[in-house]
Amino acid sequence: MSDEQNGSNWWIWKVFWILLGLTAFEVGLGMYKPNFLVETIFLGTKLLNHVFIILTLVKAGYIVLVFMHLGFEKSTFKWTILLPAFVLVPYLLFIILSEGAHAYLML
Amino acid sequence: MADTLIQNDMNAPAWKGGDVPYKASYGKMMMWFFLITDTLTFSAFLAAYGFSRFKFEDIWPVPEDVFTHFPFLHGEHPLLFVALMTFILIMSSVTMVLAVNYGHKKEKNKVIMWLSFTIIGGFMFLASQAWEWGHFIHGDSGGVQLKNTEVVHVYNDNRRSSIYDIMGVDSHDGAHHHFELNDFQEKFSSNSDLYIRLANRTFLNHDESINYLNTNANQVLLGANLKNNEYGHALFADYFFFITGFHGFHVFSGVVLLIILLINTIKGTYERRGHYEMVEKIGLYWHFVDLVWVFVFTFFYLV
Repeated sequence: MSDEQNGSNWWIWKVFWILLGLTAFEVGLGMYKPNFLVETIFLGTKLLNHVFIILTLVKAGYIVLVFMHLGFEKSTFKWTILLPAFVLVPYLLFIILSEGAHAYLML
Repeated sequence: MADTLIQNDMNAPAWKGGDVPYKASYGKMMMWFFLITDTLTFSAFLAAYGFSRFKFEDIWPVPEDVFTHFPFLHGEHPLLFVALMTFILIMSSVTMVLAVNYGHKKEKNKVIMWLSFTIIGGFMFLASQAWEWGHFIHGDSGGVQLKNTEVVHVYNDNRRSSIYDIMGVDSHDGAHHHFELNDFQEKFSSNSDLYIRLANRTFLNHDESINYLNTNANQVLLGANLKNNEYGHALFADYFFFITGFHGFHVFSGVVLLIILLINTIKGTYERRGHYEMVEKIGLYWHFVDLVWVFVFTFFYLV
């Protein structure tokens, strides 16, 4: 916050390089597919996919908290925005994806 | 800093808007609430995609077999083009933050400059998406649809072989092509190097392939539409058009909003108003579009 007030905007470029680096890393992983990440199966999918999902959530965190400024809002406001997503989205995914796996086995 | 943007009268009694518990203005809060609803909409789309993918796990097309081309480059470059699209969108997000940042400092000319860059980034993304759609609709190497609607592909020496090449036709000569199944089977039978890969990614040898096609083949598929596509399951193209299309529509709306914002900034509307909060609100929407793309990129192209 203090950097914003004294006019510097290096923090914007820092986040840009982090996002770019993470994306480049993801694309690299997607192209070369290290064997142990592809062959290890965890929670019904490749370990590689878990790596992708974690990196994506890190990127999403930077975009929401820094670029969208939510990290600097009042914490009650921040949680009013984040909690519905944190509760409803995992719930939706759990229901729908486990149903998809069930449909694959049954139909 | 956010405090300076609040338009409510802080000294008014609570029931006249004096209480501002979230320390955020009405407009900004409502933009956030809209974004929550949009988050849930996109989550539902991606979850539905996940459902179909799990349901048809063994015959779902592998994205890296589908999105392999880059404009003006020959050969296969999986992921490269979408990586470029991601770069364009992240870049335009950065220019948007810079515009918001200079808006807080009320530096009109810099807001105009960075907003213009953001708009250019938005158009570049839309153009890339148009190319991507065009390529997806035109198709790549073609496939053979079976009577049970599964799609099989022709292979030669462990690499996918283009049906256009087998038929001796240039796939990019601008004409609309259609191949009869009988003609294709004739050419296929006469070249003993060719064999097919079934939808579940197992291979048959040349003779098995001929017999398999004789009993099961329905038609030669070139390109993609909403009814069927050469890549595999029909739902794959449906989700592709629907999810990337809905995201592209968001980008398009964002560009329209940014253009209105730019015009108002140039006219000095926000300077007269005393604050550039509108830049911040549109900025939230623009970052959200970037955020959605980050997820679409992962779940449509990487996973």
